[in-house]
Amino acid sequence: MSNTDNKNDSNASMSKRKKADTTISYIVLVLISIVWLFPFVGLLLQSFRSYDPKVEYGGMVDYLIPKTFSLDNYRFLFSGETNFIKWYGNTLVIAFFVALFQTIVVLCVSYALSRMRFKGRKLLMRFWLVLGMFPGFLTMICLYFLLKQFGLTQAGAVPGLILVAVASSGMGYYVCKGYFDTIPRALDEAAMIDGASRARIFFTMIIPMSKPIIIYTALVAFMGPWCDYIFASYIAFGHDESYNVAVAMTRWVWTNDYQGYFTRFCAGGILVAVPVTVLFMLLQNYYVEGVTGGAVKG
Amino acid sequence: MKGDSKTKLSYLIMGMGQILRGQWVKGIAFLMSEILFIIYMVKFGGTYLSKLPTLGTVETYKEGRKTIYGDNSFLILLFGILTIIVIVFFILLWYLNIKDNLKQEELLSQGKELPSNKKLLSSLLDGNFDKTLLALPVSGIFVFTVLPIIFMICVAFTNYDKNHQAPTNLFTWVGLKNFKELFSFGTHGMASTFFQVLLWTLVWAFFATFIDYFLGLAVAMLINKKNVKYKKLWRTILVLTIAVPQFVSLLYIMKLFANDGLINGYLMKWGLISAPIQFWVDPMLARVTIIIVNIWIGIPYMMLIATGLLMNIPADLYESARVDGATGWQMFKSITLPYMLFVTGPFLLTQFTNNLNNFNVIYLLTQGKPQSMKLANNAGSTDLLVTWLYKMTVTDTNYKMAAVLGIMVFIITAVITMVVYNRLPSVKDEEGFQ
Repeated sequence: MSNTDNKNDSNASMSKRKKADTTISYIVLVLISIVWLFPFVGLLLQSFRSYDPKVEYGGMVDYLIPKTFSLDNYRFLFSGETNFIKWYGNTLVIAFFVALFQTIVVLCVSYALSRMRFKGRKLLMRFWLVLGMFPGFLTMICLYFLLKQFGLTQAGAVPGLILVAVASSGMGYYVCKGYFDTIPRALDEAAMIDGASRARIFFTMIIPMSKPIIIYTALVAFMGPWCDYIFASYIAFGHDESYNVAVAMTRWVWTNDYQGYFTRFCAGGILVAVPVTVLFMLLQNYYVEGVTGGAVKG
Repeated sequence: MKGDSKTKLSYLIMGMGQILRGQWVKGIAFLMSEILFIIYMVKFGGTYLSKLPTLGTVETYKEGRKTIYGDNSFLILLFGILTIIVIVFFILLWYLNIKDNLKQEELLSQGKELPSNKKLLSSLLDGNFDKTLLALPVSGIFVFTVLPIIFMICVAFTNYDKNHQAPTNLFTWVGLKNFKELFSFGTHGMASTFFQVLLWTLVWAFFATFIDYFLGLAVAMLINKKNVKYKKLWRTILVLTIAVPQFVSLLYIMKLFANDGLINGYLMKWGLISAPIQFWVDPMLARVTIIIVNIWIGIPYMMLIATGLLMNIPADLYESARVDGATGWQMFKSITLPYMLFVTGPFLLTQFTNNLNNFNVIYLLTQGKPQSMKLANNAGSTDLLVTWLYKMTVTDTNYKMAAVLGIMVFIITAVITMVVYNRLPSVKDEEGFQ
């Protein structure tokens, strides 16, 4: 009798503890969500702050919720007073072409390294690994000069940036090669017995099977140029029309000449963030797959 | 000299042997590369190569209003290096040409037929498909990564800085002088600044890697709990940080913590503080704030990875532990954590080296500021080696020291990687956790 009582008791306390545990979990999660969402909510709210000097001001203020909501800042961006549309277009063009070419390059390199056995394969991989340990923009001056020879700086910065990003993208083959390695080689061998050439296998068999990794590679490549500040600012230096959004809009936050541009920056930031975020969210599962696969293989 | 007359001809005129034996596609390729090489050397490479030892002697000067340009040290160095590489490559090609000739001879002497031109070309899509696939990527990396890196390594041994800017001024080789400057503690030396920046770089990388790792793991486990619903929602909220371009989110957060920012504004309005907290002005506080903001960036990424991996841990491990009466903490300590550390060892290492070079977070948040009188060469209290390097290149045009710093970053990264990598349990013992 007393035994069952005890058991009931402990069960009750167990479920109580479980309930408390659940409650705490939710409280923590809600707190986390608030912290993580706060900057985005703030960005969105402040982008709608009115720019009318009689009502409010576009700079820094000490309150979150605007007194009057208006589309002033968005109107400003599209008014042609700045090159915002041009910057946006530049970034979009860069991102699109980098994503396209980088994916092609990565697929080619990964297939060669995963499926073919040739002299110097290991050496090449090790060499690229070592190259990757040099800080990326050590080479900035030299690249600037190389691009200048071809007229790909300042006015030609957009194709220049695409070229630089694509040219060295072969070294980022790890995740994709890791994926190819998991496709059984027996499939290749069977196709080869049927008389298919390596190229045929690559185009008609491996590529159609690699949809997740292609989407992952393209997605990551597409998102990179949106926050490229270093190279873009150096290569487009002084030529407003070839800036990308990151280079152009950081000025509004950093330089004192742009007092009162803060809300405009917020509006621009929203316009940049929304399409990229939507795209990312749609393809989220592919991203997770790529990232986890890459992390485990190292 | 081995080989028959056709092969011997190839010693001088590359590809002749192949052409005479009927493999004219391959032969012409060899021949063309020899012709191109000679044209390159005569028209272009030769002069640069001959000036490489001095990096130019003819000064630029002004004749009245006209500037008469002399030697351009930058071009001499760059194209001099290119020429050396071209020569090495050509010798390699020449050797391949001879080897190919000897192989053909051997095949013919055995009475076998040489593969036809058509077959050789189509092998580029089959047996030699790797060459087709890799040709463009490898040359892209060569021109836009390898050549510039060699160039910059060489710059570290010259006096290329704002007083020696090509094409107006010459610069020249100075040996190890720049390295001595970096490591000397005198008034002109940069050693004390260098070691301070290096220390902060290491401290930053350590905290940025491990705090994010453990907190990310904790958040992943929290969301993974059986009694937590709407898992997808929580994850999506966190993942927003990865989706929104960092220059938008980080610049906004930078302003959030500014003296006239929202956080200080509200704290003052509520009467909690009377003067703004100097988040970005006080050196120590700036460092702490950066690490905290980086948690906001880092947790979601780690959470994604941990979520995937946690599912791989066999459930019966936990089951049997529970039967043995283990508490949640004990299970974490003896099952989850060892498993995670084992599997993510290489990942942690790359995270660490990435953080050593984490330009975006630092630069977008503080640009390395606050500036300090105690630090030389414009270094700020939150500068990492790479942001300092960037400033040297862009603001100071002190290219020689930027190059030296770049080499140091490389050495540090390489040493850490090599030392740690071979000690990782998952590398030492691949079967360890199966």
